[in-house]
Amino acid sequence: MATADLAWASATELAAALERGDVSSVEIAQALSKRADEVDPKINAYLERTDERALDAARAADERRSAGEARSPYDGVPVAYKDIFVTRGVTTTCGSKILERFVPPYDATVVARCEEAGLPMLGKLNMDEFAMGSSTENSAFGPTRNPWDLDAVPGGSSGGSVALVAAGGAPWAWGTDTGGSIRQPAALCGLVGMKPTYGLVSRYGMIAFASSLDQAGPITRTVTDAAALLNLAAGGDDMDSTCLKDPVPDYLEGIDRGIDGMRIGVVKEFQGEGSQPGVRARVDEALTRLEKLGATLEEVSLPSFEHGISAYYLIAPAECSSNLARYDGVRYGHRAVADDIVAMTSRTREEGFGAEVKRRIMLGTYALSAGYYEAYYGKAQKVRTLIVRDLERAYENVDLIVSPTSPTTAFKIGERTDDPLAMYLSDVYTVPVNLAGNTAISVPCGLADDGLPVGLQIIAKSLDERTMFRAAYAFEQDLGFDERPAL
Amino acid sequence: MSVREDVYETTVGLEIHVELATKSKMFCACEVSFAGEPNTRTCPVCLGLPGTLPVPNEKAVEYTMKIGLALECRIAERSLFHRKNYFYPDMPKNYQISQYDLPLCEQGHVEISGDFGTTTVGITRVHLEEDTGKSVHLGGTGRIADSDYSLEDFNRAGTPLVEIVSEPDINSAEEARVFVSELRALLESLGVSDVRMEEGSMRVDANVSVRRRGEKEYGAKVEVKNMNSIRSVGRALEYEERRQREALDAGETLVQETRHFDEKTGTTSSLRTKEFAFDYRYFPEPDLVPLEPDESWVERIRGSLPELPTARRERFASEYGLGDADIAVLTASTKTADWFEAAAAAYGGDAKKVVNWIIADLYGLLNEAGLELYEARFTPVQLAQLITMIDEGKISGKQAKLVLAGMFESGDDPEKVASDKGLQQVSDEGAISAAVDEVIAENADAADKVRSGQMNTLGFLVGQVMKKTRGRANPGMVNELLREKLSS
Repeated sequence: MATADLAWASATELAAALERGDVSSVEIAQALSKRADEVDPKINAYLERTDERALDAARAADERRSAGEARSPYDGVPVAYKDIFVTRGVTTTCGSKILERFVPPYDATVVARCEEAGLPMLGKLNMDEFAMGSSTENSAFGPTRNPWDLDAVPGGSSGGSVALVAAGGAPWAWGTDTGGSIRQPAALCGLVGMKPTYGLVSRYGMIAFASSLDQAGPITRTVTDAAALLNLAAGGDDMDSTCLKDPVPDYLEGIDRGIDGMRIGVVKEFQGEGSQPGVRARVDEALTRLEKLGATLEEVSLPSFEHGISAYYLIAPAECSSNLARYDGVRYGHRAVADDIVAMTSRTREEGFGAEVKRRIMLGTYALSAGYYEAYYGKAQKVRTLIVRDLERAYENVDLIVSPTSPTTAFKIGERTDDPLAMYLSDVYTVPVNLAGNTAISVPCGLADDGLPVGLQIIAKSLDERTMFRAAYAFEQDLGFDERPAL
Repeated sequence: MSVREDVYETTVGLEIHVELATKSKMFCACEVSFAGEPNTRTCPVCLGLPGTLPVPNEKAVEYTMKIGLALECRIAERSLFHRKNYFYPDMPKNYQISQYDLPLCEQGHVEISGDFGTTTVGITRVHLEEDTGKSVHLGGTGRIADSDYSLEDFNRAGTPLVEIVSEPDINSAEEARVFVSELRALLESLGVSDVRMEEGSMRVDANVSVRRRGEKEYGAKVEVKNMNSIRSVGRALEYEERRQREALDAGETLVQETRHFDEKTGTTSSLRTKEFAFDYRYFPEPDLVPLEPDESWVERIRGSLPELPTARRERFASEYGLGDADIAVLTASTKTADWFEAAAAAYGGDAKKVVNWIIADLYGLLNEAGLELYEARFTPVQLAQLITMIDEGKISGKQAKLVLAGMFESGDDPEKVASDKGLQQVSDEGAISAAVDEVIAENADAADKVRSGQMNTLGFLVGQVMKKTRGRANPGMVNELLREKLSS
């Protein structure tokens, strides 16, 4: 393979090339390092590059493969991680100044499992601070730019992950999704982004934002790669009590069976005004395409979804106000100089956290306060129950539900930073899925009239990832989206 | 006092924290230990490092249910962990994983008796949580306020901690003291904790209020902390009860506050008033799933409960025929009762003899040495051997006391102590008979008196034989031989 092709090949193509002996893992790592040298100064995807470590790991992978001892089909195919996953010996900041020099002593389960499968780590990727944001503008280390339009945001919070993969810097990357943080940026950068069912992938070592909503998931160029990367990490973990213990299936198996006879729900409440016309046009075409592939479309009503954003912005801040309390300067991370413990802690947090993080800590602290708990947190939990019920009812008649992933294509850097509510509405279609705990995927469905990518969201029942992958794969193959950003 | 008691009524509720003696911590695999250099029993989880998650210790859940069942509580079908949010540098996550409105055990009770009679104290709840680390304040007096800096030791952070909350059913310092003592014995019998108040593995806080008898509302609630022994509980609450009564007598208004007990002065002083109330912002811990112990698990634990102190006391009365005072001494702790029962079993004869030796003689030595019964250097079997030696006439009761003292010092077998001290009793009839003959010959007058029926002189002759044998003759045999030889 030529170097340029290595940058754009899918992980599965790279694995096949390695298996054939057409390329070495070292050559792949070198090609991706060179590509990062070219594009990263423009997009600011990386917070930390670990090229040396990746080369060492690639060399070891090559030796294993030539000795017939490959750890997995993907042994030697590199991966990069959103900087929310802790990595032993490699600085992990979570996009925050408060962890600017934090070097974890342990690996996240996702990282450990990918290492076990032989995936060399390319580095750590930019993100909204503590995953709070939809544009990656909330990173303490500068915004990431969208490879399709350097003046636009890549979406967020997994902006570094999508930007790097979209720019040919890595075949795939890990992101996390609390309210849409994998799917929305994947949509805005023309990639596949998948949020597994809550509890399918261990959260151990994934720095918590909102514990009951956070899930790790793959960001890839193809649906096959998403299923393959999920295969490497899914399944029970003794270090995470909320991680499901049941055995997990092979997500690649039967992925190409097609969708003939599938019943696909179209959300009544999401039709009409909400989306940008260019987005609506692509999504409408996608619906037609799904019908052409043999699916039947049915309208489903999810009335509780309109309260999703409100409930989310009580539950997620409430949990984050508690999760982020540990950043106090006592044991690790940034510590301000002050005369006593109260002043030290206050100043550490004042200096260490950005504006959006502070806003959410305050929101959450208020929502949990005595006398307000029932009115805010309690009520939000009730909305959550309603969303679960609405979905259960809908799935009595359909196998999958589809919607736009994001109401708009990528917006300009700075466009929404002064208007938190407009920013929050970027996640209107994705947030209810996190509240319900279901799985969903965003697949590219073409470019809008502004030349920017549009994503189609496919939402499945809990633990029905395989049906979802089948539909996403059939759609992907039929659409044949092969545009690349001119970077 | 009796007049006063007619005027006022004391109400006490207790909150007792007990560190569980599990091998590992509540939410990670670190060893639970009081020893160790600071911060050596830690891991990313109990240090609250970013990304870590708690995984509950099943043994700790089981121990908590054991406590609940022993206190006759209802075990919840569904129980939740909550986060209690507040900032403190000894708390790694700045929230404590605890339980809130759905504790594991609720609605139990304990019966206590004493000079006040017998009364039942309700148990509101028994819940499970994690302990904090320890702050060490350096410089100044060593208290936080005037220290130069503080160090944190997280070895204790994450130790499983059970909180037992009583109903305000306790009406005097003495009742409180007995309740704590009873609870400690019960926890000890369950084997779930070291229950050492001095070392903090059992910590008692009391809410004390005094009101005029007949009033509906309770008086201002005063929380008393820092009572580091059962005795301190009695002293602190007696002081506090008196202080509040005297304040009311003087027409003062009591305020809700937290007070610190000073062991040295025996008084309490105000730490803070409750106007500064915390809002802990409790919410369900999203990193954990609900605890839902199924019936078979609960029943298995119920079946594994050991004999509890109340049942044991009843058995000591019926099986050994012991009185209340002896029972109280022998059931003060499980280990004490176990020691006694081991001795009684090894002896096999009348257990009251064993009781008498323990209470009348051994306790004198133990108290002097500041030891508990089970800390004696010799074993229950050795005590049984000693009593058997008396029964077999090998030593006299008087000698046995000397042997016991020797055993207490050396831990040696009674046989060895007796022979080392030259205390073996002479039971050889020939030797005693010779001595008796000699004494009769040397004391003809006294012998005649006995012959003529003045039996009170027999004792004198026995004494003379004992003197001649340097106390080693079996007094029973001496007595018998003298009667025989002097019978007219």
